[in-house]
Amino acid sequence: MGTDTMTEARPTTMSLEEPGGDLWALNFGPQHPATHTTLRLVLELDGERVVACTPHIGYLHSGFEKLGEHLTYNQYVVVTDRMNYISPMANNIAWHHACEVLFNIELTPRCKVLRTILAELARIQDHLLCVGCTALDLGGFTAFLYGFADREDIYDLCEDICGARFTTSYTRVGGLMNDMPDGWPEKVKAFCRKLPKTLDDIVALLNRNRIFIERTKGIGYINHDDAINWGLTGPLARASGVRRDLRKDEPYLCYADNWDGSGSSGVDFKVPISHGGDVLARYLVRLEEMHQSLAIIAQLIDNIPAGPVNVLADDKQTLPDKREVYTSIEGLIHHFEQVMTNRGHTPPIGEAYGANETASGELGFYLVSDGGIMPYRVHCRAPSFINYQCFPKLVEGHQLSDVVAILGSLNIIAGELDR
Amino acid sequence: MDQNIAQIVAGLRTAFPDVAFSPQPLIDRSEDDAGAEQVFVRVPPDKIVEVMRFLHDDARCDFQQLASLTCVDYLDFPKARDRYAVVYTLVSPRLNHRMWVKCFVNDPDPAVPSVTGIWNAAEWTEREVFDLFGIRFSDHPDLRRIMTWDGFKAHPLRKDYPLRGHGEREDFTVVTDDSR
Repeated sequence: MGTDTMTEARPTTMSLEEPGGDLWALNFGPQHPATHTTLRLVLELDGERVVACTPHIGYLHSGFEKLGEHLTYNQYVVVTDRMNYISPMANNIAWHHACEVLFNIELTPRCKVLRTILAELARIQDHLLCVGCTALDLGGFTAFLYGFADREDIYDLCEDICGARFTTSYTRVGGLMNDMPDGWPEKVKAFCRKLPKTLDDIVALLNRNRIFIERTKGIGYINHDDAINWGLTGPLARASGVRRDLRKDEPYLCYADNWDGSGSSGVDFKVPISHGGDVLARYLVRLEEMHQSLAIIAQLIDNIPAGPVNVLADDKQTLPDKREVYTSIEGLIHHFEQVMTNRGHTPPIGEAYGANETASGELGFYLVSDGGIMPYRVHCRAPSFINYQCFPKLVEGHQLSDVVAILGSLNIIAGELDR
Repeated sequence: MDQNIAQIVAGLRTAFPDVAFSPQPLIDRSEDDAGAEQVFVRVPPDKIVEVMRFLHDDARCDFQQLASLTCVDYLDFPKARDRYAVVYTLVSPRLNHRMWVKCFVNDPDPAVPSVTGIWNAAEWTEREVFDLFGIRFSDHPDLRRIMTWDGFKAHPLRKDYPLRGHGEREDFTVVTDDSR
């Protein structure tokens, strides 16, 4: 390649001959229970106080963006499951949202409602883990188990609708893999009745718990302007007083007005903002977001519009219904035309960016299409990656034991961090 | 083009009369979609810091956030003239608008001045582009590889890098009984 001169690597060493002399180095990770995922920190400590912190990432780098150039728009959804594996459904929806911006497809109302419900379930799924882990990292095991028990129910709901608990791959360009099964809304409603009890239990355990408050208040502070400048989005930004939520600011799915084409207004919900900017504020924002997600689901679950989940098969933009494929010659031809490598549906030549508000922030995909059946380039704007950069700034000056509290509050998922 | 973005482009043209920004939608669509267009402007590498500083500071632009920074290698893209484009996605949380800036560079030494002085968010994203595309960001405070390891030689997201790699997997030293 002739580019050797450009890759002159600087070794990742750490000088211990700083003035002051008494610093010691601690290697934290890459495998450590409190990192939750695979990442490594090199901490320079003065006693127990963090003087400097150098994060090293890339342990889970799997070339997801390169893979995107070799998979079709429908196949790549499988890779997105593996990005933020705490809420895979949200990644599926974000990926195909970006594809639909590129293809310029308007979804059917039924598909929009199902995707919105699933996106909110995924948000709850993610926040339950993160809120639980905030407590777990500080020694409060019970709240974590309460959160995890309810995550199981969301896995069950995913299994019911798409057959997989974890690697859901449920969305397709212009629609979904299949319609929801009979009785699914009742199961969602049963879960929605159960969750507030769990949230109350977590609140009862933590919100007035003196140890929890002392360990989180004023820890890992970042102010409003810095939060924007460091690129923070999602609950992290909102905990620093940034009034931004893509569901309100760049509405999509059922968050937008007139989503069903007959003038319905978007779902009604509030965006919680805190001005604390610390670990406690992030915890409180996430807690309230779960209540708001429940409110969104409650508005939609009884009024799922009838009709197809995929945009019209006549447009030849989406895969046909499987029953059509197995029982009619037209369906079979249509299916083959979609999946054959020399046919397929092709987007226009150009570029597009589509972003969703997921549990950890703005998850966007920047797509470049050369008119072929596979993207020319896929860039994933991963919230974990962008959010993690400010970590050294957040921990410096704090105690070693606060490092795990701050790390947990950022909700870094290494699959998405390293891609 | 959206009203806000049209104003921003007009402001840019007044401030930098010698730069042809040639604003363009990311994708060409029919006329009736014009309001929903995603628009990018072209900025040459030697002007990028000045222009970005203007976009960040000017009250009508107010791009306080660098939402993402990436690169596209246009090696076999139809009708492409330049090889690499560094793509900046700018967001104004206050005014709620979004714009893209592309900075085209070419071999043999693709280099772009760093915007880390304006947005801290550029720090790791520029390192990622340096690692995976080999674009050098001058004035970057800590330009090291971030995804691959320090001894890695290639830039895997370039179009001339094969999906299966250049044999990095196969060339690992294997520990056998003899070599111990």
